[in-house]
Amino acid sequence: MSLQFNKEQMTELNRLVAHYPEGKQKSALLPVLHLAQDSFGGWLPTEAMDYVASLLSIEPIEVYEVATFYSMYHLKPMGKFIFEVCQTGPCMISGSENIIAYIQTQLGIQPGETTKDGLFSLKLVECLGACGYAPMMQVGKIYKEHLTKDKVDAIIAEYRLQAKA
Amino acid sequence: MGVKLLLEKASVPGIRSYDVYRREGGYAAVEKALKEMSIEAIVEEVKKSGLRGRGGAGFPAGMKWSFIAKPEGVPRHLVCNADESEPGTFKDRYLMEFLPHLLIEGLIISSFALGSNDTYIYIRGEYAWVATILEEAILEATKNGWLGKNILGTGFDCMIHVHRGAGAYICGEETALIESLEGKRGNPRIKPPFPAIQGLWMRPTVVNNVETLAAIVPIIKMGGEEYAKIGVGRSTGTKLISACGNINKPGVYEIDMTISVEDFIYSDEYCGGIANGKKLKACIPGGSSVPILPANLLLKTAKGETRYMNYESLSDGGFATGSMMGSGGFIVLDEDQCIVKNTLTLARFYRHESCGQCSPCREGTGWMEKILQKIESGKGEMSDIDLLWDIQRKIEGNTICPLGDAAAWPVAAAIRHFRDEFEWHINHKELAQTSNFGLQHYADPIHVPA
Repeated sequence: MSLQFNKEQMTELNRLVAHYPEGKQKSALLPVLHLAQDSFGGWLPTEAMDYVASLLSIEPIEVYEVATFYSMYHLKPMGKFIFEVCQTGPCMISGSENIIAYIQTQLGIQPGETTKDGLFSLKLVECLGACGYAPMMQVGKIYKEHLTKDKVDAIIAEYRLQAKA
Repeated sequence: MGVKLLLEKASVPGIRSYDVYRREGGYAAVEKALKEMSIEAIVEEVKKSGLRGRGGAGFPAGMKWSFIAKPEGVPRHLVCNADESEPGTFKDRYLMEFLPHLLIEGLIISSFALGSNDTYIYIRGEYAWVATILEEAILEATKNGWLGKNILGTGFDCMIHVHRGAGAYICGEETALIESLEGKRGNPRIKPPFPAIQGLWMRPTVVNNVETLAAIVPIIKMGGEEYAKIGVGRSTGTKLISACGNINKPGVYEIDMTISVEDFIYSDEYCGGIANGKKLKACIPGGSSVPILPANLLLKTAKGETRYMNYESLSDGGFATGSMMGSGGFIVLDEDQCIVKNTLTLARFYRHESCGQCSPCREGTGWMEKILQKIESGKGEMSDIDLLWDIQRKIEGNTICPLGDAAAWPVAAAIRHFRDEFEWHINHKELAQTSNFGLQHYADPIHVPA
């Protein structure tokens, strides 16, 4: 098996599993899948899910059924930066549609697509709990709120710069 | 200024850190509860306070605690529900982000009262940075002896664990949350058995919302009776309201539940009025699943009485002319908003979030979204309105968990109060693509029969 956690990631795995009682290590599945996704290029290939199953001593199917249920796990390769833009009611009435259209134009992609350079993916998501700071999107672990066209430009420039660094 | 019990210290610089929180009187409630009070006395104070679950259902917290089974030799667990996902709701995030130690203090007292040695915070996966804030605060509390073994020499051991979800609204439902915490899909369980008897790992479990658990701190400090004096009737204490939509000052506000809806929307202390000088059209007062109300029924009840921001007044008139307090997610729509489109986004949300176990919800939410999409895109027929009504009625009450109801109610309420706007969409297919029905009569004074 080529996919493996390094020493640091192993330490984190053990810390996560230690939160649950002896024999209940399956409870760590969601947090461990987050760790795997972060560690293995931002998505979960079958190999990564099988590896997680072996680490937690559970069947691969127990991992697959969870990975396909929750919206934060990506089952195909994604761009380096994923723009997850909220489209639910409170964001919609605060102008999210214009923001989504603007991002599509600026990146030249439709929702569900990734730019050719592999830098950006656009994904429309449902309510992220930032309704008072709408319109908004999540990029990685960060919320970008009160979005305007200028702010979107600045965010795209910021990540382009970050990718070059 | 209203009474502030939870957010009183929110603006103190550095309150997120242990040292500042402690200097401001933090952890005094833990000292009082663990050193001076018996478990029975703590539960009694919570009962006396009249505190109702702040997640949305409004069930009395003290009563929920008293249901927990105590079989010999079986560990019990407290689980904090921080899976805040109801559209319009972002109050728990605020509380955890700015006052993490307030929640931890509430959790220690509640864990002591329930006998939970391992307490879990189930936080929605997207709030990743909030999870980090909580973990840092737990570390600080542990270093200072408030968590760990033999807390304050009482012999009580307690550890708090942060568990990140991964994107699923359904995990806010307590049995789905428990399944998820066990590393499974978030499929709600059939009740009974209730979590209080067989919950996490089939052990007795209590699941409480973040705000509910934070409210335990002022209740212990001031006593249940004093807490119950704030507010009105069965709406005791204070409530966090997350206000959003077309208002001047979106944000999280703590109210004492005696304020009128009109004052809450228009006063500068709270929402500051409708943005851009527009007029109020409608409002969803308690998170996206509660019935939407047109402006006139929002500000006054059908009897023509002032409506207040509390459990009883917001639900006055039942679903026919009232709504619900719900989670406190207060969504305001101005005169430019389209009710059909707003309802469509909510129907899409619930279709996306249905776990798929129960056919009425799995199929029905998809049909509702498709029909609303059809009407919104100018292809609707008049019979579609009755079809929507029929579908929502067949979902409500026919599912394992309340997500079915939550999906049905917004559609039902939109048709109930805004049927003429749906009809306008169908009769003016082209016009509806470029303009809105507008305010029309929704803000007219209510006719009260003499």
